[in-house]
Amino acid sequence: MSTDLEQFYEIFFEESSELLADMEACLLRLDVNSPDLEDLNAIFRAAHSIKGGAGTFGFTDMTEMTHMLETLLDRLRKGELAVRSEMVDAFLRAGDVIKAQLAGHRGEGEADPAVAAEVCEELKKLSDETQVTAPSEAVADFGAGVEAIPVETDSGRPSNNAISEAVSGNDVAKLTYRVEFSSSGMSDAAVENLFANLKRLGSFENEASAVGKEHKLKLTTASSEEDVWETLAFVVDPANLKIEVVTQCVADTTEVAEPYSSDEDSAAVSFSGDDELSIANMPPAPGYGFFPGAPAAPKDVDDSESQLSSTPQQNTHSNKNEAQNITNKPSSKVSASASASASETSSIRVSIEKVDQMINLVGELVITQAMLAQTASQLDPVIFEKLLSGMSQLERNTRDLQESVMSIRMMPISFVFSRYPRVVRDLAAKLNKRVELKTVGENTELDKGLIEKIADPLTHLVRNSLDHGIEVAEKRIAAGKPAQGTITLRAFHQGGSIVIEVSDDGAGLNRGKILAKAKERGLPVSDGMSDQEVWLLIFEAGFSTADIVTDVSGRGVGMDVVKRNIQSMGGRIDIESALGVGTRISIRLPLTLAILDGLSVAVGDQMFIVPLNYIIESMQPTATDIKTVSGHGRVVQVRGEYLPVIALHEIFNLHPNVTAVHEGILVILEAEGHKAALFVDDLIGQHQVVIKSLESNYRRVQGVSGATIMGDGKVALILDTTALVLACQQEMV
Amino acid sequence: MAKTILAVDDSASIRQMVAFTLKGAGYEVIQAVDGQDALDKANYHQVNLVLTDINMPRMDGLKLLELLRKLAHYKNIPILILTTESGDEIKAKGRAAGATGWLVKPFDPKRLLEVIGKVIG
Repeated sequence: MSTDLEQFYEIFFEESSELLADMEACLLRLDVNSPDLEDLNAIFRAAHSIKGGAGTFGFTDMTEMTHMLETLLDRLRKGELAVRSEMVDAFLRAGDVIKAQLAGHRGEGEADPAVAAEVCEELKKLSDETQVTAPSEAVADFGAGVEAIPVETDSGRPSNNAISEAVSGNDVAKLTYRVEFSSSGMSDAAVENLFANLKRLGSFENEASAVGKEHKLKLTTASSEEDVWETLAFVVDPANLKIEVVTQCVADTTEVAEPYSSDEDSAAVSFSGDDELSIANMPPAPGYGFFPGAPAAPKDVDDSESQLSSTPQQNTHSNKNEAQNITNKPSSKVSASASASASETSSIRVSIEKVDQMINLVGELVITQAMLAQTASQLDPVIFEKLLSGMSQLERNTRDLQESVMSIRMMPISFVFSRYPRVVRDLAAKLNKRVELKTVGENTELDKGLIEKIADPLTHLVRNSLDHGIEVAEKRIAAGKPAQGTITLRAFHQGGSIVIEVSDDGAGLNRGKILAKAKERGLPVSDGMSDQEVWLLIFEAGFSTADIVTDVSGRGVGMDVVKRNIQSMGGRIDIESALGVGTRISIRLPLTLAILDGLSVAVGDQMFIVPLNYIIESMQPTATDIKTVSGHGRVVQVRGEYLPVIALHEIFNLHPNVTAVHEGILVILEAEGHKAALFVDDLIGQHQVVIKSLESNYRRVQGVSGATIMGDGKVALILDTTALVLACQQEMV
Repeated sequence: MAKTILAVDDSASIRQMVAFTLKGAGYEVIQAVDGQDALDKANYHQVNLVLTDINMPRMDGLKLLELLRKLAHYKNIPILILTTESGDEIKAKGRAAGATGWLVKPFDPKRLLEVIGKVIG
């Protein structure tokens, strides 16, 4: 079946990554002094699920690590051990190891087994440290029930002995088993592992007759035979496995059962207290079993071996009846909670291509609808009343559909935020600072494409805040601030955009220092610059005021990249800062990448879309505002500033309706801190346009970032505002 | 008509593998991601067998068992617990909650079918 399993690998990998992320989030949120049981349970469940999957898919290295995790976590959640911060550290490291192992199985890099072993050892040490309870607990708990042990099986597997040991909540019987198995086809490591597992069950000694891959040993353990079987059968081919009970060390030897032969399979019946019938008729094959008397348990384990002696068979039948009676009882008190089902939203996984295709199709639909609407608008509204009302309904539906389809791509920003607790924790420890990370508005949604792109710039900002912003504890106390600094990540919607803020209550930006540094680097600065302008200097390439360059930050690599990344997403970045109080950096992004708010402008018979977030204003200049600079084209005076004029018809070689600047319209643009005036014939209107890639449909065109289809079916080009403004700026210099 | 199995596991990979295996053997499979989800689905569907994990968020397998057994049409439906914990304790709890039988993870698809075959044929 192994080939069949492979198709589930990918799901397992994804799921495990998510579980690991959840686990980490829980760990970071865990308060060592008063751990939340729910969190501990969640962490345990994550480890447990990964272990289950890893076991099923045969990733033994992961199984081992998660097993260690699980063991310790289990003790923690049961309150047998107290949570300590080194445990949290160990868990985090274990998480990293599992992550690496996962990546290894994915074929991305290799996990370091030495690190894994080290972490494993540490976890083991932590969970062994205060070993308080004996393994007998499980049996004691089982008191009311019955100890049950596997009986003979089908398929000619060697006979297992059934020992019905009606435990009524007292001793633990230690049994000695003779175990024979063949390890052929197993790696040495697997064999070693197996012996280690056996050791956990109890003590064993090898018999002299063991040769090569054939092992024979005597195992003395308190575990039931099925446990022994399970331990072995996971690894050893069950066909080559033989387990026999040799002696029963404790308690009455009179009860030692005779080995059952396959044709006298039996069910030992006993009553215990008020419990229903208990039968020690256990599984036909280890690894599973049925509870006799339970609803719908198979009457006969297997037809082929149903030659049960008449007594047990009758018993089985009466069990069944009785079981029905018993299970009928509770029906009178059907609890309300059974029907109380607060159904949480379930989800499905869909490939991003499908979603994008859907968005694309809806885009087409929007265009078709706009075309129809335009045609219909020329019809007589009285004669075509019904058609027109249908059209307006179509428009509404289309808009709703577009909105809901777009929302599929939306993801909560918590996907990004969730990685920072770890970043902050690690970095704070490294820098010896005390920092608390607060996140606000994690549920704010934005486009998946943006989510992926925002992560790196945001990480950089957070690291910067921690390194440069937050002061060391002594300094903070001296400044009258709490010793622990706070970094706040906040996301919210504002207008048509999403704002993400990184703020800290640290030292703030030092205006004097930045200006001095800028002068030193020969940047064009003056002491009269506004704060806002000064702060923006930190986004200049290679700019750093850090006195000591650390490996965290201070090399001045990055802030310019951050700015460029944000701008490439159509976003904007702003800084507010007060010396000694803190700094707030806010990033403003469009909600989505697929739809753009644009102003449509006309030049000759062509239409162009100017992205709205680059536009400051539009105006009709007077002839006197326009000046010609010899060799550098024209400039226009706007509110005391001279801005270069970009004539769109010159760039794209068009025949405009107007050639005199003062007869047309100037759209004032701002990009990368530079302003320019775009000269067009006319303004048409504001649209939400669906962006189509020009590159994939045609080829890259200088000054154009994409295209869209307008209501009349014509293609309109979307201007690459940044490129236009910068090209013009270079020309002017 | 094909027999229907309600497969409950919070791990998508295990769940889908179970579903794949069972569907391959001709069963109809309804999947649920946790106890609560399973209970909701159990209210709407009549199934021939429930196969549930124990350790799950929101509602674990034991609670699910307990609540299912209180539903009139689930009183006598076989419910198998699929668990990584093979300790007696958990088996006793499963039994007390009304489980029909247990199956240990990791499991082999063949064995899964074998066990299910024994219960609902």
